[in-house]
Parts: sequence; structure tokens; C-alpha cells
Amino acid sequence: MPVKQHLKKVLVVGSGPIVIGQAAEFDYAGTQACRALREEGLNVVLVNSNPATIMTDGAIADEVYVEPLTLPSLRAIIRREKPDGLLSTLGGQTGLTLSMQLAREGFLEEQGVELLGARLETIEKAEDRELFKETMEAIGEPVIPSRVVTDAQAALEFAAFIGYPVIVRPAFTLGGTGGGIAENEKELASIAASGLRLSPIHQILVEKCVSGWKEIEFEVMRDAAGNVITVCSMENLDPVGIHTGDSIVAAPALTLADKEYQMLRTAALNIISSLGIEGGCNCQFALDPESFRYAVIEVNPRVSRSSALASKATGYPIARVAAKIAVGLTLDEIRNEVTGKTMACFEPALDYVVVKFPKWPFDKFVYGCRRLGTQMKATGEVMAIGRSFEAAMMKAVRGAELSLDTLSMPRLASLSAEELKKKIRAQDDERVFAVYEALCRGMTIGELHRLTRIDEWFLAKLWNLAAMERALREEPLTPHLYREAKKMGFPDSAVRRLSKGELPPALPAACKMVDTCGAEFEAETPYFYSSPGEEDEALPFIRRRSSGKPVVLVFGSGPIRIGQGIEFDYASVHCVMALKRAGYEVAIANNNPETVSTDFNTADRLYFDPLTAEDALRIVELEKPVGVVVAFGGQTAIKLTKPLAAAGVPILGTQPDGIDLAEDRGRFDALLESLGISRPAGRTVLTEEEALRAANELGYPVLMRPSYVLGGQNMIIAFSDNDIREYMKVILAANPDADILIDKYLMGTEVEVDAVCDGEDVLIPGIMEHIERAGIHSGDSIAVYPAWNLSESRTEQLVDFSRKLALALGVKGLVNIQYVIHEGKIYVIEANPRSSRTIPYISKVTGIPLVDLAVRAMLGERLRDMGYGTGLAAPAAYHAVKVPVFSFEKLGGVDTQLGPEMKSTGEVLGIAPTMEEALYKGLVAAGYRIHTDKGLLLTVRDSDKSEITPIAAAFAALGCPLYATEGTAAVLREAGLTVETVKKIHEAKENTMTLLESGTVGCILSTSAKGRIPARDSVKLRRKAVELGIPCLTALDTAAALASILSRHFRQEDLAPVDIAKILPAKK
Amino acid sequence: MENTTYLLLENGVWFEGKGFGAQPGGDVTGEVVFTTAMTGYLETITDPSYCGQIVVQTFPLIGNYGVIPADFESARPRLAAYIVREWCRVPSNFRSEGDLDAFLKGNGIPGLSGIDTRALTRQLRDHGAMNGLLTTKAPPYGEDVLARLRRHRQAPSVPLVTRRQAERFDGGGPHIVLWDFGAKQNLIRELTKRGCRVTAVPAFWTAEQILALSPDGALLSNGPGDPADNREILPEVQKLFAARLPMMGVCLGHQLMALASGAKTEKLPFGHRGANQPVKDLVTGRVAVTSQNHGYTVRPDSLPACATLRFVNCNDGTCEGIVYRSAPAFSVQFHPEACGGPHDTAYLFDDFLTTVHHAESEGSPCR
Repeated sequence: MPVKQHLKKVLVVGSGPIVIGQAAEFDYAGTQACRALREEGLNVVLVNSNPATIMTDGAIADEVYVEPLTLPSLRAIIRREKPDGLLSTLGGQTGLTLSMQLAREGFLEEQGVELLGARLETIEKAEDRELFKETMEAIGEPVIPSRVVTDAQAALEFAAFIGYPVIVRPAFTLGGTGGGIAENEKELASIAASGLRLSPIHQILVEKCVSGWKEIEFEVMRDAAGNVITVCSMENLDPVGIHTGDSIVAAPALTLADKEYQMLRTAALNIISSLGIEGGCNCQFALDPESFRYAVIEVNPRVSRSSALASKATGYPIARVAAKIAVGLTLDEIRNEVTGKTMACFEPALDYVVVKFPKWPFDKFVYGCRRLGTQMKATGEVMAIGRSFEAAMMKAVRGAELSLDTLSMPRLASLSAEELKKKIRAQDDERVFAVYEALCRGMTIGELHRLTRIDEWFLAKLWNLAAMERALREEPLTPHLYREAKKMGFPDSAVRRLSKGELPPALPAACKMVDTCGAEFEAETPYFYSSPGEEDEALPFIRRRSSGKPVVLVFGSGPIRIGQGIEFDYASVHCVMALKRAGYEVAIANNNPETVSTDFNTADRLYFDPLTAEDALRIVELEKPVGVVVAFGGQTAIKLTKPLAAAGVPILGTQPDGIDLAEDRGRFDALLESLGISRPAGRTVLTEEEALRAANELGYPVLMRPSYVLGGQNMIIAFSDNDIREYMKVILAANPDADILIDKYLMGTEVEVDAVCDGEDVLIPGIMEHIERAGIHSGDSIAVYPAWNLSESRTEQLVDFSRKLALALGVKGLVNIQYVIHEGKIYVIEANPRSSRTIPYISKVTGIPLVDLAVRAMLGERLRDMGYGTGLAAPAAYHAVKVPVFSFEKLGGVDTQLGPEMKSTGEVLGIAPTMEEALYKGLVAAGYRIHTDKGLLLTVRDSDKSEITPIAAAFAALGCPLYATEGTAAVLREAGLTVETVKKIHEAKENTMTLLESGTVGCILSTSAKGRIPARDSVKLRRKAVELGIPCLTALDTAAALASILSRHFRQEDLAPVDIAKILPAKK
Repeated sequence: MENTTYLLLENGVWFEGKGFGAQPGGDVTGEVVFTTAMTGYLETITDPSYCGQIVVQTFPLIGNYGVIPADFESARPRLAAYIVREWCRVPSNFRSEGDLDAFLKGNGIPGLSGIDTRALTRQLRDHGAMNGLLTTKAPPYGEDVLARLRRHRQAPSVPLVTRRQAERFDGGGPHIVLWDFGAKQNLIRELTKRGCRVTAVPAFWTAEQILALSPDGALLSNGPGDPADNREILPEVQKLFAARLPMMGVCLGHQLMALASGAKTEKLPFGHRGANQPVKDLVTGRVAVTSQNHGYTVRPDSLPACATLRFVNCNDGTCEGIVYRSAPAFSVQFHPEACGGPHDTAYLFDDFLTTVHHAESEGSPCR
């Protein structure tokens, strides 16, 4: 069938900010969908509150709204754009839920908008636990005994009936938020209570726990004609009990006999058919390892994280095909882009193994609860492709940037046998490494299987790796052993370390193609993975397909983690596009399956491999590029600079020396001095003793961090010797040889500048000013463009400093500089000669294509010839406010108090003609819901007390009753405010916690001199707020801004949406 | 085991790997074919249609779930040799009774592992199906060896794999003759599952012998080799057509029905072998994913007037199924009985039985 006749304009709803459970995969899906729809001649309107996405680019959709993903804002956009259809299945749970609400309230029908992808009835059947169970039972698909309940008592009664353990799954939450496994009544009472609170419809499912069964997933597709296919099967190494997002996953399923495989495949096809989905669907099954018994765990009637993984694992573009199906095409009418010869109505055949490995944020959240369960905790993932499971696993682990090049985690070596077992049972993010350590020590596969329920097949493969590691250590390194080690995925660095011998001649670089068909058809997919010791297909492909243009190799940013998010994928993709436009053939290397950069048609060639120096040099060997680009892939790519330069590979853009100059503290200080620019006084130390001495010399508070950090990892503000002692232990435990930087902490206004430099001129698109004072990581601050509080002379000075610094660092391309203005003086905090987190945001709001300009500057073009001027660009027509978004509800034990260590996982943008409206939109988009009819609880540290009165007064003026702990209350009362004193947790039975639970508080302002450690009162209070979903502010500046916005009484309905595709750069 | 073994292709390309399974007494020659199915290696190994062929698995990890006799498609493997990238030494499945190496040893099937099976597959894809030689003799190989290899022709194979005598499988429903040209066990399972009484008869039986059983229908099975090798069977098929006996053909059975009706078959460049072949039903417009294993195909342009093309392969447009107007008969090139592979077309057995019932109520002339 052709595209539905009446469709001319389609609205695509994105998934909003990156949070745990909903990450870059939806940018990949949405971008693919927009392109697919435009190919069919449709006009695409896009809405997403996340500015760091590629889908929100003017190049991807016709109309682009970076607006809050709320019902009022969607209604306004629909009224304005009058689309014919709404595509609901590509924006994750957020997009699906909003679409469903718009359909259910009748708005879509009233506006004549067709719901595409899934009908309302379908979504409800898949999402409503009870309806889902009924639907499954009707088609004879077994489900796990379960019951939907709306109160904790009913949960306890049902659990008593089916027996413990039970799993609690709240309805309509992301990544299983609020769920968990309860072993007994006490645990269930607590989990059920939090699950009910977090479920927007106050509903949880209590189900029989089948922990230990195999967890198998199928990605299936169906069109309106009823054709159904399976794209990919996946098997979790971790059996049922650990969320699939936190599991190590293999594709295809590896331990199923054809009988089991076909049984589940047929079940998945029956499910998608019975739900009547038109598009893609993910079916999760639990399979008893000892029989043919199985049960359907979950069905997602939309594209998902798993479908992104399945797309990258097979080469089958699920989102693209799903979008085409949604507008009326059938599977046999859609071409398979990979082979170019076959149609989308087929099932990919793999001739390799894919392993997905999650990336967790526990390196940042040292006090976070690391136990894995039904609630997802990973922020991102890597994918690895190999011709054996061993090779794929090795690639996945070294690609996950854990500082490991085998599965041997040195820290575990010191554990006793009992401690190791305990670690394995603890089921944390390091379990696989503990299992590996146990195998190395001789624990049997059988014993480990009993301990973990991990299938013996996987354990045997891990054992093979352990055996190879031992062989390398104990046997002479013959060419044969070397070759076997390479085929198993051991990098040279590991072979050299283990064998201590001279390496035999290196195997030539060899890559295999991902072609969806096991080489059955000749494919022209430019999608490769390395496979040492085998026939190379990349070089012949390059020769065959060469356009004669020079080749540039771009390195991506690896897995999404706090501090290095989707923004870097945005920059990498734009870099590729700019290079192509500039007449280059472009290859990209990256290992994140969730991203647009790893779509095989983004660059001319894609290498899906880890981003280590050795892997990178392999690709260089094949591609022989005229230059490589490291400036857009965040710290992951920047880290490759030194080894690549040492190997004689030309680096495009800022030279390695400039990168080193910015990173090496001594050199950077000397540079600043020569330029006459100040920075906060600081010292570099190695030991606790030195740290204490430095801190006392500089005077508290001081900022302490290891050098070469990412996103402020392990960075704190120390107020006392005790803080220094506590954190020196933490830092040194992670890296005993780290240089530690101690700086005087200046509590001033923080200002951020992104600039493009061509070596002669500098273009600054705009200056961003943070709402929060320095001390809160820039990634966690609310950033406002244009800066609202800078005098002309100070602005000039900032531009002058930025220009001087960029030129002195030899920047060719982008540089991001952070400043603090303290008592009237400008200090540089840091300068990074690379793309930054704010690049997409500032590009979109100013209309200046920064990455494009940076790439052209990198290639030798002059800024003054590019038509965007030099110096500071004129302000854009709109104000834009970036508001960070956190995932605290997924991360138990993590203190929510903001500080110099970054904690946010994503961001949203508010765009409006005034700063206040933009801030309001940003706060709404970020999910701030303040009930001014409820109370404000204040409990702040002494140093903040002098500033809280105006904030409290502002809330009181809005009608908010004030509550405060003793010291804070005294200050407020002194100022003449009415306030009720509340006892701290340790002071009385009736205390701040019980006050929160009573539901009378709608917002909290909590700051404390200390924090972090979960046992502290202040941390407990803030965690409680997270559990109860009560907004908790931890910076006075944020609270002040919020109060001033609340006092404006904005209404979403009154603010016009802004189409950013229509923003043009301001003319000079 | 584990001795260095080579695979030499008739174009002179060779691969070095490790032997596993049985130690061949001497060199092994056969047509080298690849299958892209990711599961179902037991079904593949025991599928009589692979008789005399050297089978390559494109999926690199084979033997993961060990050896499960309940999943066998025939009593013993007939393939000449078996090639994998890696065979699993520690299989894991609750039904597994051993590993692949021991099974192949026990059945006298030599294996080769540790080669770049993707490179081999690309050779076969680009140059078409080729003969191969499994040998422990190291290269170089002389022109005489290659010439001999190129000359190798597989002997007619149906006689090697068909049963020696008729066999009955009880059931209360219609009586179906399974004409065994190398039948997969699941054809019988699909029929008995639906209540049929089945008599499996040898390939060399005549139409008279078959009709003497007073069957309600006949299922012409899959089988190995070039369909044109089975010249003596074609007149018998024609007689069944003439008797208007309801018939369903699968794979070789499909090709024999076509040849008997006057159509032509031809060799495909490298065949269709796998579990992911999309097939379009021209009547309903629906596409199904099917299991396939064939090197020859019926030429659609050669179909006689009494035959209509019903199914086509979505990838290359080749004939995948025919409906006959001259008799209550249809046939498919793919494997609706799956094993291994998708169950999506199992409904064809129901269709067949509907045809049988329909013919019965009309009063079949042969009864």
C-alpha cells in the first residue's frame, strides 16, 4: 500500500531529556524516522525538549519545536501546525504516554489528527497490566502469576497467596522506576509503597519472581497488511532478576535450541499480531532453563533501547521501517537499505556475535547503591561485535572505558575467597568481573552457575578467556598462541603485559562487514567491525568504492555517561556532515549503539569498535586518512590524541600540544600568567599530607579533584580538613597515582563561552551565564543565553580573554572556556579546546552552525570568509535557558545536593522572547511541579543562612506555609516571617521525615555543609524527597530563580511555541 | 582429532582449519553449500536433503546446545562433511546428551572447524556453488587435483536416502501417503499431529502401489540432489495427477510435481539455505518467512497452463510454490514443516487437509 493519502504533515514526538532508562536511542530512532518520513514526501513537525539531539536540527525536520513535553505545549503546537498524523511510537515511554493522553482526551480526534504507529487500544493493551494479562491469556501466551493492586495491603495479601519472592513493577514508569524484588513482607511493604507513589496512575503489579530463568528478547515488526517478521533475538547473560538495561546482552540468543527459539519467536509474532501493532515491538520472555516453560515478561509497543541495539546488531533499521509502516507502507514495499537488493520483509541472519555492556555511573556516585535489580541504573551502553563471544566480550569491556583491557579487575585480586563469593552474590555492576576472578582462581563452572544462575555456556566462554590469560602468562608466546589470543579479542597491550615477551609480528588489520544476511547477498553496507586473523573486507570495499576524495577519520564519544552525553554525538555527526560537504570521504569509529553517529549511513564508512588507541590505529591502518578528528567525541576521543600523534597520525584541528597545554596544569598556569589572565590560586598534590597543607595555605573552602577528569568526577568542595581526608581516600582508592588539584574556591558568577577559532580570528556565538554561582558543576547549572548580568566592559574583557586564550592554545576549531567572576574580577576556571556540552544548545538558539564552522576552520578556511563574522555575535532574537535533569529516583543512596561533581544525566531547553518566559519553559520541561498551596521546608547550612530570607519571603508571598529546622527557622523568624519549626531526624520522632510523609510539603530547600554519605540526616531527607517526588532544591540561586518565576504566574497555554528551524543567525 | 585439515575449492582457493568429528579414511569430496540459519544445526545435520554435500554454517558458533536426539530429522546424518567456524566444547541445554564432535564421530561424518567461514561463504556466493575437497594433505594442489574436483558429480541421491520399505503411523483421520524421497521426520509429525494416518512409502514405489493403499492424499517429500535425476519417478507422479489424488509437494516433491507436469528446473547460483527466506503469497499478498534448503528451482516461465505460480521468493523472484488446476494439488519449494526454522507456514498442512476433505466429500475418482 502506498503512503496514506490524507497524510501530508506528521508530528513526531521525541522523548525529552536523557534520563536513566531513556537515552540517546530515541534520538537515533527519531532522526531515522524523520528522514524516512521526509523521503516519502511528508512534512515533518518535531517536538522535543532536549536540545542536544540531532532530531531537533533544522536539517532533520521541517518544523522544530524545542518545547516542554507536556499536554498544554503539545496542544499548542498541534493547534498551530495542524498535522494530519501523530507518530507516537518513536519517542520512548514519554512520547507514547503523551500521545495516548492526547488521544484519550479526544483532542486528536477533535483536531483531525490520526494516531500513527499504534492505536490507542493497542497502547492500552500493552501498557495496562490487567488488560495486557487478559490479552495474553486470550491468545494462550503464558504470563507470570501477577495481580495489579492499588494499595500496599492488597500487595501483601496477593504475595502471601503466590509466595515470596515477588517482583513489584509500577505502572507507567521508566526503566522500572520504583520497582524491586521483595523477599519478605517487610521488604514488600516498603517497595510497594514507593512503587505506588511513583506510578502516575498509582498502580503496581505484584508478580511471582522467576529470577534465574533465562531472559530472552525478540524485536518484531508488523505492517498493516499483517506481515510479521523477527528482526533479532537477544539473550541476557544475566538471568531474569536484573533489568535488561543493566544486563550484559548477547545477540542473537546463543543458548536456545531451534525448538525453544522457534517457540518464543512464534509467541512474539502472535503477540504483535494480537496487539495489532503497526511498526516495531519488543517482547521480553522468561524461559525456564530446565523445560519448555516460558512466560511473557513485558511487551513494548514502540521502538526502544532494545530496538536500537537490535538495529545496530543486525543492520536492520527498525525505526526507519517502523516510520514507513506507520504511514501506510508494507514490509515488502520497503527496501532493505543494507543490501539494496532485498526488501525489509526478511529476517536478518548474523554471522557474528554482539555483546552489549552497560555503562553505570557508580564511578561518580561512590556512595550510590550498586546492587542491580529490576530498576535500571545504567546511563548508557557499549556494543561490540566479534566472530566469537569471547572476542565480542573483550571488545565490550575495553570499550566501556573501565580502564580494563581484559576481564581481570586488579582490585578484586585482594579479596578473600569468602569476600569474592559475597561480591558475586551482591549482584552489583562488577559481578561479571568477580565471576571471572573466581574462574581464574579455579572455582568451577558448576559452582558459579549455582551461585549466579548464569548459563553454563556463558561461564564456559568466560573460562576460555581466563584460560587464555593464564596461557599468555605461563606459556612461551609463540606466533600460534599470539594469533589465538588476538582472535579471542586480547589487545596487544594485554598480551604484552601478560606474556612479558616480545610480540610476534602484528596480524594485519582485518574487518568484516555487517550485512544483515550472513554474506548470502553482496551487500554494499559500509558497516565494519574488526576481526583479527581473518579475511579483510574493508580495504577491498574502500578501493572498490573510493570516490578519490581524501579520507578523514572521526572518533565518536563512546557510551553515554554523566558528563559525556548525547551532545558529543550531536557534534560528531555534524562534524561528519561538514566534512562530507567540504569534499572529504568520512569514516567514523564509535561503539555506542544508541546513537545517530553509529547509523551506517551517517558517514561513508562506520567502524563499530572500541575507542582505544590500539583499535583506533587498526582503523587508521586500513583507512589511511589524511587526518583524524578527535575534537568532537568528548574526553573519549581526546584521550586518543597522544597515542595517535605518537604513531605519526595527523590530527586535524587543534594540535596535540595545544590540547596538552590546556590539560597540563603547570603549562596552563604559565600560559595564563603570560597572557595576564587570572585563575583561582591552586596547587598540585599527591598525598593526603600535601593536600592538607595546600588547603590550609589557600584557606577553606577549596575545590579538590584529580587531574584529567570528566564531568567533575570525584570533585568536591572541601570546607575542612575532614573533607580533605575523606575524599583523598576515595580518589586514591580509584587511582593511587593521580595528581590531585587543590584550588581556592571562589563563590562568584559562572560564565561559559564556546568559541570557534581559525588560528587568526575568533567567533563567539554568545555568552552563557549560570543561575547558580560557581561551585555547582556547569553541567548541573541552569545556563542562560544571553548572559543577563554582564556589563559592557566585562563582556568585552571576556571576549578579549577568550580570543587570547584560543589563539595561545593554537585552537583550530572549537574551544570551551569557563570563567568565574568574583568580586568584580574575571578568573579562568578551565579551557577545553574541543566541542562542549553547550554546542548544540548555543548552535540552535543562535542559528550559527558552530560545528560546521569549526570543521571548516579545522580544514584551513578563514572565519572571516564564512559569513558569520568574527568576535562576539549579535544577540539572537530569543532567550534560551538550559535546565539540567537528574535521574536520582533510579539511583538509591546518591545525595542530590549539587556540587562541583556533575550529577545530571540530561537537559532541556526553554526558548522564549524573554528570559523569564524561557526560564519558565525550561523549568516546566525539566519537570518542576511546585504546589504553592503546600509548604516549603527550609533547612540550610550556616553559610547560606544570611541569604535565605528573601527566598522564603517570596515563597510566603505566594501563599506557601514555611517550615524550617531550628537554626534556619530562627533566622526567618528574626526577619519577621511566620515559620513552623521542625525537628531534625535524630532530634525527635516527629521530624522532617514525618513531615514530608504527611504530604503537607510541596517543595524543599536543603543545603548542608556535608553530604554524600547516605547515613547523614541531610542526605536522608533529600533521598526521602526523591522517593516522594517532592522537588528538592539544593542551591539558593535555583530557589531564588524559581520563586521569581512562580511570582510571575505564567501559564503554559499563554506562551507561544517557537519554531527553531526558522531561527536565522543575527546579522552583524 | 584436531589434526590440521584443509578445504580445497574447485577454483583453487583453500582454507586451513582443524579437523573434528570423524577422521575420514581418505579425502572427502562434495558440493560445498552454506546455510545461514542461526539455530537448528541438529536439524540441518540430520536433514537427508544434504546427502553428499559439504555443509557450511555461516553462523560462527555451532553446537551451543549440544546433541538432542529428539530434534533429529532422520535417523542419521547423510552429509559428506560439516564445516563450522567454532564448535562448542561445553554445550548447555537441559535436553543435551553430548557434544557435536562425539556425535559426528559416532556417525562417521568428518568436520572442519577454525576456518573463516564468512570468507568461504563469499567464495561460494561470488563463484556459485562449487565442489570441495576435505583433505589432510597440505597445499599446494596440482591442476590434476582441481580437474578431478571439478569433474565430481553427485550420484543420484534419492535412492540412497529413501526408506527401504513402507512404514505406518497410526491416526484416526485421513490416510496420507508420505512419498519419501529423503523425508524429514517433521513432515510425518505435522501430519500425525493433525490426526492423519500416515503411510510412508519408498521413492521407488509406483503409482499403482500407492493408489492400492486407497490414500486420501499424498505428500511428496523433500529430498536431495538434482530433481532431473529422478526420471523414473516422474511418470508415477503423472499417474497420481491423473488419478486426481490430492497432493502436496515440499521442496524436491514440489520440483518433481512440476517436472511431471512439464515444467523445467534449473540450478540456482548457490541455492537458498537458511531460515530467513521471505516468500510472498501472490493470492493474499502476504509475506511469510520460511525455512529453505534447495539448490534447484522451478522455472516460472516453463509452467504449463494447468499450473499457477502462487508463491515467489521476495529476494530473487524465484518460484516458491505452485497451485495445480488439473488436480487438487499444490506444492511449495520452502519447508512449511520448519525444523529448523520458522513455523509461519505450517498452516499449509491445514490447507492440504482441507483439500483432502473437500476431495473426499466430492468423491475422489481414485477410491
